[in-house]
Amino acid sequence: MSQPIPAKSMTIGEAVLGPLFACMALLCAFAAANGLDPAFTFHASLGAAASLAAAFAIFNRYYERSATLPVQEINGRPNYNMGPIKFSAAMSVFWGIAGFAVGLLIACQLAWPALNFDLPWTSFGRLRPLHTSAVVFAFGGNVLIATSLYVVQKTCRTRLAGDLAPWFVVFGYNFFILIAGTGYLLGVTQSKEYAEPEWYADLWLTIVWVVYLLVFLVTIIKRKEPHIFVANWFYLAFIVTIAVLHLGNNPALPVSVFGSKSYIAWGGVQDAMFQWWYGHNAVGFFLTAGFLAIMYYFIPKRAERPVYSYRLSIIHFWAIIFLYIWAGPHHLHYTALPDWAQTLGMTFSIMLWMPSWGGMINGLMTLSGAWDKLRTDPVLRMLVVSVAFYGMATFEGPLMSVKVVNSLSHYTDWTIGHVHSGALGWVGFVSFGALYCLIPWLWDRKGLYSLKLVNWHFWIATIGIVLYISAMWVSGILQGLMWRAYTSLGFLEYSFIETVEAMHPFYVIRAAGGALFLIGALIMAFNLWMTVRAGEAEVQPRVALQPAE
Amino acid sequence: MSFWTRHQIFEKNSIVLIAGILVVIAIGGLVEITPLFYLKSTIEKVDGVRPYTPLELAGRNVYVREGCYLCHSQMVRPLRDEVERYGHYSLAAESMYDHPFQWGSKRTGPDLARVGGKYSDEWHVTHLNNPRAIVPQSVMPGYAFLSQTEVDEATVTAHLSTNRAVGVPYSDDQIANAVADLRAQVDPDNAGVDAFTKRYPKAAARNFDGKGGAPTEMDALVAYLQMLGTLVDFKLYNEKANLR
Repeated sequence: MSQPIPAKSMTIGEAVLGPLFACMALLCAFAAANGLDPAFTFHASLGAAASLAAAFAIFNRYYERSATLPVQEINGRPNYNMGPIKFSAAMSVFWGIAGFAVGLLIACQLAWPALNFDLPWTSFGRLRPLHTSAVVFAFGGNVLIATSLYVVQKTCRTRLAGDLAPWFVVFGYNFFILIAGTGYLLGVTQSKEYAEPEWYADLWLTIVWVVYLLVFLVTIIKRKEPHIFVANWFYLAFIVTIAVLHLGNNPALPVSVFGSKSYIAWGGVQDAMFQWWYGHNAVGFFLTAGFLAIMYYFIPKRAERPVYSYRLSIIHFWAIIFLYIWAGPHHLHYTALPDWAQTLGMTFSIMLWMPSWGGMINGLMTLSGAWDKLRTDPVLRMLVVSVAFYGMATFEGPLMSVKVVNSLSHYTDWTIGHVHSGALGWVGFVSFGALYCLIPWLWDRKGLYSLKLVNWHFWIATIGIVLYISAMWVSGILQGLMWRAYTSLGFLEYSFIETVEAMHPFYVIRAAGGALFLIGALIMAFNLWMTVRAGEAEVQPRVALQPAE
Repeated sequence: MSFWTRHQIFEKNSIVLIAGILVVIAIGGLVEITPLFYLKSTIEKVDGVRPYTPLELAGRNVYVREGCYLCHSQMVRPLRDEVERYGHYSLAAESMYDHPFQWGSKRTGPDLARVGGKYSDEWHVTHLNNPRAIVPQSVMPGYAFLSQTEVDEATVTAHLSTNRAVGVPYSDDQIANAVADLRAQVDPDNAGVDAFTKRYPKAAARNFDGKGGAPTEMDALVAYLQMLGTLVDFKLYNEKANLR
């Protein structure tokens, strides 16, 4: 039985992207040669090198690959595309460790300022955006991309759309992270919190994000299931809204197309409002909607129970995406932003409590009838505790958005503590739980290398979080009260520097908490590495191997 | 047909779902942001507010680059203790030419909205070089390296014209003389000082970093810090007229 050998031809993707990257390499080299500042020249050179590598990889793949492309289905089962997901999952672990480590360093700088070394690239002001971007966008972003591309395939029972496109998304996104991160160290920033990257990085991210949306959407469109699974609604809301926010917050005019500096189109009050419309919804859609999608897939899967209430998920989905968008002005209470906008922001922030807890209830109650698994499965425990932290942080948030409370909490460490109970407790733990599930699935392992190490990770990180957030509660409220303290004669009681001095012990405790969280993540990295390297392979019943010819 | 059955149109049709998401997320942003572009209270001009001088703008860019806004706010809230500690609460007009705004979100260090004129230039230079030389308990990094870098004269004009393109009302005269004004502001004996102060009323021309020669980033940053919050004369500012 002989089959005709089909003639090999380039796919449209290969034929377009290969030459496109070659041109891109030339363009970047030209920009590097004309660069007005060293940072821009460095980034243009990186762009040239990466484009060249991409062009080479595409042509090389064409010559190396067989004439037929991977099929959509094998023996009636979807032929899932896991390569890009493996890459993104591995990067998330790498960036997570890097981001936590920089976080620990800047926490120590606040306790011991000599650690700034008084060099430009090691000072707090440049490292802090590196920390936030590394944990939110590099760690969190890769977790979201990896899980979304996994979940969308599994729940739509179809292979990921696109051939080169998914690889473009994961490589392109991580290249954006590289440009953003090195830029911060070199002083390239537009100073908009959580949107610091300059104009050329923003443009690149826009392209990558549109391709990401297309890959995700087309996979949904070619699904084999009649319904779109609830996790995919949340992923879709996350991808679409982040695109809108990114475009709204970042329009800028570069001083020169050969320089890194640009001026943002918005100014003053309008810029402030755009920034916190973006900033709060980066929390709402990147760190909440996206990770709720993870909750909606991984908790039912791990607990082997269906989602508690389908109707609750419908209500809380629409309510949360509608209400979240309004909440931005609570970052601008008592500022020069008009009062009516502040009041709107506060009102919607308080209302937001309800759909947030709707999500929490839906996640927790999914364990009905399976609560006993918390005793035996530390991964499920991590996922469930993450939802509990989500509930706590989304109760604290509305509380802090009340103007009277905010007059005390704003500008203090209370905000930092609040962010970290959400970031470490909710986003961190739900990501760790998802990675503990995902890595064995991706590499066809029976299970994790060690559940005992997961248990250690869980407890060390939990103690770390508790130390972190309680230290920040005390320091934040203490500093807020000291700023407004009056003597019996009616004078301000404390000079500003006295309130700084009072923070020192709490900054030390916070750094200790951060160190524990980092140690936990290192244990996870080791555990996942050993799972891939030495884990017991799962017997593969689904794909019949081709006989050698 | 129940509500739950009707909802299936979203669950079974990805384009309808995406359209639904876009509509739902558009409302809040449109209601809160659009009015800020035409309401009088947010776009009103107050006497004294002017665009930054080329040197101040360069200093502001250093402030942005080094991430000063991560520990210092520039927004005095109308609360008793803040007004007493920092000065008059901040007006919207005072940051109307700020692209981007620098209101900040954290006070690891004090608010700087009205720091201008509170300390001498020498204090600032010493403090920036080594904050603990003046304030032993400070946790601020040192910025001695700013004295070693000169402000890039080649791009000064482009910085001003880019600002004009995004809405800052720099005049042709101000743009044409950007480099001359940059030099004049650090050199009180410069022949161009008179023309400079005419273009930027009440701007101070002096040797900010205490060293001669071309303007450094230290000159620029100190010049910026020293003008912060000084543009509006609150003895003349009519609070009632601006009450809405």
